[in-house]
Amino acid sequence: MAAASQADIKIHMRDLSKVFETRKGPFVAIDRLTLDIPTGCFFMIVGPSGCGKTTLLRILAGLESQSAGELVIDQPKTSQRPGNSMVFQGDSLFPWMNVWDNAAYGLHMRRRPTAEIKEIVGHYLARTGLSKFKESYPHQLSGGMRQRVSIARAFANDPDILLMDEPFSALDEQNKLLLQEELLKIWEETRKTVMFITHSVDEAVTLGDRIMVMSAHPGRAKTIVDVPFARPRSVLELRAQPEYGEFVYQIWGHLRDEVHRARALDEAGVA
Amino acid sequence: MTATSSQPQTWLKLMQGQRELILNIVSPLIMLLAWEIAARLGWIDVRFFPAPSKIFATLIKLIETGALWKHLSASMQRLFWGFLFGGIPALLLGIAMGLNRTFRAVLDPIVSATYPIPKSAILPLILLIFGLGEASKIVMVAVGIFYPILINTIAGVLEINKIYFDVSRNFGARGWQVFRTVAFPGALPLIMTGIKLGVGMGLILISLAEMVGAKSGLGYMMWNAWEILSVETMYVGLLVIAALGIVFTLVLTEIERLIVPWKATR
Ligand SMILES: Nc1ncnc2c1ncn2[C@@H]1O[C@H](COP(=O)(O)OP(=O)(O)OP(=O)(O)O)[C@@H](O)[C@H]1O
Ligand SMILES: [Mg+2]
Repeated sequence: MAAASQADIKIHMRDLSKVFETRKGPFVAIDRLTLDIPTGCFFMIVGPSGCGKTTLLRILAGLESQSAGELVIDQPKTSQRPGNSMVFQGDSLFPWMNVWDNAAYGLHMRRRPTAEIKEIVGHYLARTGLSKFKESYPHQLSGGMRQRVSIARAFANDPDILLMDEPFSALDEQNKLLLQEELLKIWEETRKTVMFITHSVDEAVTLGDRIMVMSAHPGRAKTIVDVPFARPRSVLELRAQPEYGEFVYQIWGHLRDEVHRARALDEAGVA
Repeated sequence: MTATSSQPQTWLKLMQGQRELILNIVSPLIMLLAWEIAARLGWIDVRFFPAPSKIFATLIKLIETGALWKHLSASMQRLFWGFLFGGIPALLLGIAMGLNRTFRAVLDPIVSATYPIPKSAILPLILLIFGLGEASKIVMVAVGIFYPILINTIAGVLEINKIYFDVSRNFGARGWQVFRTVAFPGALPLIMTGIKLGVGMGLILISLAEMVGAKSGLGYMMWNAWEILSVETMYVGLLVIAALGIVFTLVLTEIERLIVPWKATR
C-alpha cells in the first residue's frame, strides 16, 4: 500500500477538512482526512449517521468544496469519459422524465450519438431489471425500482470514478443480493475506481477492497482495513466462509464503538 | 349485515352524485325562468334586466350579422399577442431570477414595487405612450399577463429540490441544458398556475382597454351598447366573456394534465 507509486493513486487527499457555517457557529463535518485511493480500488466507507460520508463524496464530485487541505484527482486529460458519476442518497430521479430519459441523462447531456445511447441505456436497464418500465415515470415506481434507475443512470454514464451513496439501502434483500452480484460483475469487467458508502458491514466486506471506518463529530478516519478475500467473488459463496464471519465481526467492533460514541454525543447535544 | 349495509350506502352515494348534478343544472334554469317571468310580468325593470329570451334573441342576431364574430376575433387576437409579448419575457425572466441570486436581488425590489399597481390604473399612461391603436391594447394585456407568470415562475424555480440541480451538474449539464432539463420542467406546475391566472387577468384588461378608444372587440361592443342603450348586447358581451373564461380554464387544465403527467395522482 505504501509502495504504490504516485501514478497508481486515483484520489489523493491530504488533511482534507470541511467546515459548515451554521447559525450555531462553525460545524466541522470532516476533520483533516488523509487518504490515498489507488486506481481501480473498490473503496468502502462506513460510519455512524452524520459523520460526513455524503459530504466527502460531494467534495469528490465537485458539488462542494473543501474548507482546507489538498485534494488531487488523477484524471487522464485525453479521456472522453466524465470524471465521476454519483448515485445520490435517496430520491434523485427527475420526476418529469420517464425511466429511459432519466437513465440516459448523462449521455444526453454529453450529446452522445443516438445509437450509442440506445445501446448503452438499453443494456443497463436490462441489467437492473427495468426494461419493462422504461416508459414509466418515477412516481409510478417503487422506492427500490427508483434506486435501480439511479444506479443505471450512473453506470450508463461510464465515468472514471463511481461515487455511490448508499445505493442499495432502499432495496429488499433479494434485489440487493442480485444487484450486489451484478455490481461485482460489472466492476470485474471495468475495474473502475469506486467510492461506496454503506451502513451495512456485510455489504462493505462483500464488495470492497478496502474499508474505511469513520468516526463522528468531527468526521475522521478511525481505521482503514484491507479486505483479504480473493476476487472474483460470489456474494453467497463468500458469506459461507468462516473467515467471512470473523472479518465482519472485526469491522463491527470498530464501528460499534463509533456508533455508541456518536449516539452519546447526539444526546449530549453536541451535534 | 355489514355486506348488505354497504350496498345501500353505495347507492346513496350514487344518488347523491346524481342529485348534485341535477341540482347543478336545475338551479340556474330555475333562476333564468324566474327572471323571465319577472321580466314579462313587469316586476323588474327591463331597461336594466331584459328577459333572458330577449338576450338570447340578441345573441342569435349578433351571430347572424357576423358582428359578434368580428368583435370576438378582434379581442382574441389582442389577447393572443399580449399573451405572447407578456408571457414569454415573464417566463424567461422568471427562470433567470429563480436560478440567479444576484439577478433576484437586483430585480426583486422593482417587481415588488410595480406588482401591486392596479393594471387598470396605468391604462391612461399606456394610451399616451402607445396611442389609440392596436399596440395599446396588446400592451395592456401583456402587462397584465406578465406579473402572474413572472411571480409564479420564480416561485416554481425556487421550489425545485436542490438535489436536481446537483444531479444535472454531476451529469455534465451546463447553462441552457440546466434550464431545459431542470429549471423549466421543474417549475412547470407553477408556471401553469401563473398562465391560468394571467389569462384571467388578460380577459379583464382587454375588455377594459377596448372600452376606451377602440372600434372593435368585446369591450367596445359592450361600451357601444351603453351608448346606444342596447342593454341586451351588454348582456351578450358578459355572457361571451364568462364563456371564454370557462373555456380557457378547461383547455388549460387539460393541457396541464398532458404536460405535467408526473403531478397526476394515479
Ligand atoms: N449544507 C450543510 N450545512 C450545515 N451542515 C451540514 C450541511 N451538510 C451536512 N451538514 C452536517 O454535516 C454532517 C455530515 O453530514 P453528511 O450528510 O455528510 O452525513 P452522512 O455521514 O452522509 O450521514 P448519513 O449516514 O445519515 O447519510 C451532519 O452532521 C450534517 O448535519
Ligand atoms: Mg449520507
